Amino acid sequence: MRQPLDTFSTTLPPDKRASVYQSTKATHEKRTKLLFDHFADPNRLRELAGEIKQHTLEHLDTYLPAVEAKLQSNGVQVHWASTADDANAAVLKIMQARGATKIVKSKTMVSEEIHLEPYLRKHGIEALETDLGEFIVQIDHDHPSHIVRPIIHKNRREIAQSFEREGLGVYNDDPQTITRRARAFLREKYLAADVGLTGGNFISVESGRLVLVTNEGNSRFCLAATKCHIALVGIEKLVPRDRDLGLLLNLLARSATAQQLTVYTEFITGPKSPTQPDGPEEMHVIFVDNGRTDVLATECRDILRCIRCGACLNVCPVYRQASGHAYRSVYPGPVGAVLSPLLAGKKFPELADLPKASSLCGACNEVCPVNIPIPDLLLRLRDKGKREHAPLASAATPPMGSFATLATHPTVWKTALTAGKLLNVLPTTLLPVPPLRAWEKNRTLPKWRGGEFRNWMKSRPDVRRKNAQNAQKS
Amino acid sequence: MDLSHRRRPAADRRVQLMATCLCDAFFDDVARATVEVLEYLGCTIEFPEAQTCCGQPPFNGGDWPASRKIVRHTVDTFAGDAPVVVPSGSCAAMLFHGALLEFENEPDLPAVSKLASRTWELADFIVNALGVTSWPGEYKATLAFHRSCHSRGTPSGEAALHLLSSISGTRVVPVGEAEQCCGFGGTFSVAFPNVSTAMGTLKLEHLRAENPDVVVSADMSCLMHLNGLAEKSGSPLRPQHLAQILRDALKNSALI
Repeated sequence: MRQPLDTFSTTLPPDKRASVYQSTKATHEKRTKLLFDHFADPNRLRELAGEIKQHTLEHLDTYLPAVEAKLQSNGVQVHWASTADDANAAVLKIMQARGATKIVKSKTMVSEEIHLEPYLRKHGIEALETDLGEFIVQIDHDHPSHIVRPIIHKNRREIAQSFEREGLGVYNDDPQTITRRARAFLREKYLAADVGLTGGNFISVESGRLVLVTNEGNSRFCLAATKCHIALVGIEKLVPRDRDLGLLLNLLARSATAQQLTVYTEFITGPKSPTQPDGPEEMHVIFVDNGRTDVLATECRDILRCIRCGACLNVCPVYRQASGHAYRSVYPGPVGAVLSPLLAGKKFPELADLPKASSLCGACNEVCPVNIPIPDLLLRLRDKGKREHAPLASAATPPMGSFATLATHPTVWKTALTAGKLLNVLPTTLLPVPPLRAWEKNRTLPKWRGGEFRNWMKSRPDVRRKNAQNAQKS
Repeated sequence: MDLSHRRRPAADRRVQLMATCLCDAFFDDVARATVEVLEYLGCTIEFPEAQTCCGQPPFNGGDWPASRKIVRHTVDTFAGDAPVVVPSGSCAAMLFHGALLEFENEPDLPAVSKLASRTWELADFIVNALGVTSWPGEYKATLAFHRSCHSRGTPSGEAALHLLSSISGTRVVPVGEAEQCCGFGGTFSVAFPNVSTAMGTLKLEHLRAENPDVVVSADMSCLMHLNGLAEKSGSPLRPQHLAQILRDALKNSALI
C-alpha cells in the first residue's frame, strides 16, 4: 500500500516544488547565519527556551488559574473552550451580545484549527483575513500550506489571477501592486468591522500581557478602529514572566523569518483605559484546549512547547519535497506530523501515517528554538500507531515479528546470511517482497556477500588463537 | 546528546566489534577495514559470533516489541565491560539513544543503559576515546564527505572529517547543504520511495558538485542508498566507508 504523502509528492508540479524548496532553503540558511552571527551559543539559548516552555507546560495547572486572575484584574474577560465547537461558540456569543456581524482577523493558526471562518459564515458573520497570505488563501478557498507563510505554494502569477477574478484590478503580477491593491481593499474593511480577532504568540502569567508578532501591521489595524478585541489562544502559549519574552522573541523572529525582531511586536495588557484616546473597549481571551490537555497526558507532551516558528518545516527535506498540503492537516511538516495526529484525538488513525513521513534525520530538532526532540516523538507515535492497530501505521511498514525471530536466533541468522546469496542470481524484481521492489524501482541492490566477513574473521590465525585462549579460560 | 559519560577503553585496548547487519550481508570489506584500523591502533578485537542486528529496523518502523527482543539479544551478546565499537553512526545511535527510548518503561533498562554507555561510533572512538589527532599514511584523492544524520548531536561527524583531512594526500571538498538528509531513513526509503529518491538525487548533486574521486561516509546505509541511485541512473559513485580510507592510507604507506 502506498503512503498518501509519498503519492502526493509525485503530483506536485515541478515549479511548485521548486518554489517551496528555494524559499524554505533561503529562509533556513539566513536563519542559521543570523543566529550564529548574533549569539555565541545559540544552541544553549534553544535549550534554555525549551526548558522555560517545558517548565510552563508541567505547571499549567497553576499557571492557567494565575493568568486568568491576572487577565481579569487587567479588565480582560476570560473564556475557556474545551473543544473547537466551544471556541467557535464563544466567539459567536460575544458577537451576538454586541449585535456584531463583521470581524477583521489577523493571522492565527488556532482559528484554522477550529475552522472558525466557515462556522461564522454559517451564522451570518463575515470574518475577513487581513494578513496578505491568509487573505489570498481566503479568496482562493484554499488552505495554508505553511504555518508562517501560508501561500508558500503559490506564485505571483496565480495570485494576480485570483485578484483579477475577485475584481481587485486587471491582471498585474508585480508584488508591490498586489500588496497595494490588498491594502486599499482592506482599509475599508477595518473601518467597517465590529470586532478585531487575533491569536496570541505568548501571554505572560506575571503581567497578563498578550504578545502579538506580525510583519504587516495588520493586527494593529484590526485593533485600531474596532471596539472589541477577541484573542484566541492555545492553553500552551503561556510564559511565566515578562523577562522570558526577551529570549523567546529573539529566537522566534530569527527562527521564523530570519529577522532580529518582527516589524511589529505588540504587548497588550487589556482593553482601552479611560485615559487612552482609542482602542477596543472590550477585550476577551478565549483559551482553547481542543485536545491539548490530552496531549499533555502523553509522553509526547514536549510538542506543546512549539512556538509556531516554522523553522522545522523550512529545514525538513520531506516538507521541501512534498509541501504542506501533503500532510492533510492544519499543522504540516515535522511539528505537524507529531501535533496533528495527537490533536486529532479519536481520529488519530486517520493521520497515523504522518509520523512515518520522516527519515528521522533530526534536522528539525537541530533548528527548533525550543529544542523539541521531534524525531523521538515521531518514533513514539509510530509505536502508538502499531499498538493501536491503525492500518495507516502499518501500511508499507508491516510489523517485523519474523525479522525479530531471525535476529534473535544466531544460527538461523548465519544460515540466512549464506542463503541470501540467492539474491545475486534471482531476478529480484520478480520476487514478491514489496520493500525489495520499492527499493529496486530507483536503486540497485549491492551484491550480497553474506557471511564473508565472518569467514575472514575466523580464518585469521591470531583470532583463532585468541578464541582458543578464551575457550580455555571459560 | 551528552555522551561524556561513556566508558573509555582499558589499558589493554580490548574492544568488542559490532559489525552491523549491512556489513554482515553486503559490505564485508568495511568490517574488515574496521578490524585492521583498530588493530593498527593496538586494539584487541572480540567479535561476538551471536551478533545479528542492533534492532533499529523495527524500532524505526514502530514495531517496538520486535525491536526490544533484538536489543535484549544484543545486550546478552555484548556482555562484559569493553567498549563496543560500531562502524556506523546509525547503529551506534540506536544503542546509545534509540534503545533507551524504547526501554524507558522496561524493567531491564539498566542493562540497556550499560550497553549504551559502552557504545562508540568508530570515528568518535578513534579520536575521542583513543586520542588520535591525525592519521598516518597517504591517500591521494579528492574526497566528498557525507555527514550522516545519525551523527547529529554527537562528536562523530567532526571526528571523521578531522581524520580524513589529516591524511597526507587527501583534499576534502565542501559539500552544499551538508545538514540535509540523503533520503535513506531505513524503512522510510521503501515506504516513501518517491520522496526518498528525490532527496537522494539532490544529495548526489551536492556530493558531485566538486567532482570528488570518492564519496566517504561513516554509514554504509547512506552510501548504499546513494550509490544505488547513482548506479541505477548509469553513473555510479566510488563510495568508501571512512574505515576503508583509513585502512588504505595505512596500506599505501606500508604501515600495515
